[in-house]
Amino acid sequence: MSIYWFKSIRSAWILFLCLISMYSHAQLNIEIFGGGASRIPIAIVPFADENKLQQSITPIIGADLQRTGLFKLVDPAGLSPHAPAEVVYADWVNRGVNALVIGRVVALSSEQVEIQFRLMDVAKKSQLTGLAITVPTTQLRAAAHRIADVIYEALTGDVGVFSTRIAYVLKRGSKYALQVADSDGYNAQSIIEYTEPIISPAWSPDGGQLAYVSFENKKPIVYVQTLATRERRAVASFKGSNSAPAWSPDGKRLAVVLTGQGGSQIFLVNADGSGLQRLSKSSGIDTEPSFSPDGRYILFTSDRGGSPQIYRMPVTGSESANAERLTFEGSYNVSPDYSRDGKSFTFIHRSNGQFNVAVQEIGSRQVQILTNSKFDESPSFAPNGKMILYATEINGHGILSAVSRDGQTRQHLSVQTGDIREPAWGPLPKWK
Amino acid sequence: MRKLLGVSLIVLLSACASQTTQPEVDDLAAGSEGSGGGGMSSSDLGGSGSGRPGYFSQLNDPNSILSQRSVYYDFDSYTVKSEYRELVSAHARFLRDNASASVILQGNTDDRGSREYNLALGQRRADSVKNMMTLAGARDAQIESVSLGEEKPRAMGQGESAWSQNRRTDILYRGE
Repeated sequence: MSIYWFKSIRSAWILFLCLISMYSHAQLNIEIFGGGASRIPIAIVPFADENKLQQSITPIIGADLQRTGLFKLVDPAGLSPHAPAEVVYADWVNRGVNALVIGRVVALSSEQVEIQFRLMDVAKKSQLTGLAITVPTTQLRAAAHRIADVIYEALTGDVGVFSTRIAYVLKRGSKYALQVADSDGYNAQSIIEYTEPIISPAWSPDGGQLAYVSFENKKPIVYVQTLATRERRAVASFKGSNSAPAWSPDGKRLAVVLTGQGGSQIFLVNADGSGLQRLSKSSGIDTEPSFSPDGRYILFTSDRGGSPQIYRMPVTGSESANAERLTFEGSYNVSPDYSRDGKSFTFIHRSNGQFNVAVQEIGSRQVQILTNSKFDESPSFAPNGKMILYATEINGHGILSAVSRDGQTRQHLSVQTGDIREPAWGPLPKWK
Repeated sequence: MRKLLGVSLIVLLSACASQTTQPEVDDLAAGSEGSGGGGMSSSDLGGSGSGRPGYFSQLNDPNSILSQRSVYYDFDSYTVKSEYRELVSAHARFLRDNASASVILQGNTDDRGSREYNLALGQRRADSVKNMMTLAGARDAQIESVSLGEEKPRAMGQGESAWSQNRRTDILYRGE
């Protein structure tokens, strides 16, 4: 009897461990280092009846806000107002809270709920904003991100990016998967999986398609895949290597890098694969194109000056003779990505054997290095320009990381097994 | 099925691409590959299987410099160092003297820095070996240069001992 009891405890424990590990594989863990000096103190009271849902709403909102480094979450312990009339403002003033989030969940049917929330200004004792959202119970995370966006926008005046998606490549064993996930790393889905490398995913401006490079046919070929239908097409499959896709802001064309005419050179091609046109013309390496938001310029990496540096060329001129060199510090500056306002770009800067995320203002040429890890790659601006997603390495594993634009807050978003690389932050959803 | 679909898409695309009117891209489009590309891993280099040319014994003789097949580089460099010039010249002479022999040159990099830049750097490494070979008498058609970038490291792990092995161009004979 006692042995049987022991065995069943042990198998329950093993089952529990398996569930834990399945759970942790399904998401990206977030760790925050340091943070900005002046965070907004905010309390989020668990919504009335949210514990009846499969997924509570407020923990997702809290994690979203905390990740930005702009908020300090204050524990509402003991207090649980759900409506404005139930708020005793003095209690919150005493806890140093500036902003208070309250709300409730109303079940409309077994498949639909209404989530009502209000953001209260504690000092003014008034409501700043509020929203009632009706969602299917399968979309609770999306609803939480949307509420976090509304709160972020009301308190910072910036566009929230919690409802965006990210793409990256996950290598696990001998398999490569191109995955798309929510901005917090949840809801990861594989778009394609192969046993050959996948690199350089790039979001179409409307967020509906991904361009990427796959080695499945034994050499690099650029594909475009529609996320909704999974339908895909090769847009650059010429002699030699085809890589580094970048979308024009209108989504009609892609810049790609081809080797078929010698060297690695930048070409333009229509999104359906027609109309190939050479853009750069150097005797060396020109790669990693990134369009300016107005579509007039392309940033790219070139070794024409003897070391890889970042240059800018106009898209209209067919020759890159008038390309302008932008980076001058150090002997290795690569992987440029334009900010959405076109005033700066993020890139990888090498110094003292370290590869770090940096940002340069285009006008003043001022450079700021944002990280101090060893091997950072593929920086990608958030659509609001306030954060940068990148890949780095910890204990020999590739992980995702994000850093605030001012370098004050860094966070790891990591999967337990496998290597994550080549992240790309998607555009704002269409309704924004 | 997916592979079949992929191939047919590429064929369709090649058809589109060859209709472009840009004169400077004609040679590129004409070279579009419909199925499988040039083959980049050694398992794809298999020839017809029968009538294996006699020169392979010479290539694999451990006493011959021809048995050495890798050129190594410094970080972010594609210069063929002087210690590898004799090796490259020997393979070039072999190609010159054996018109039916052909090679694939695979350029590789260590895993630091940008994957796309490394893909381009690996191509430059393979191209630099190709240039030396054609200058030494091998014909252009005998040599295909490709890049694997940092995607297929020979040595795993971090540190100069692994990195230096991965900064490399491999010479692979077709049919071997």
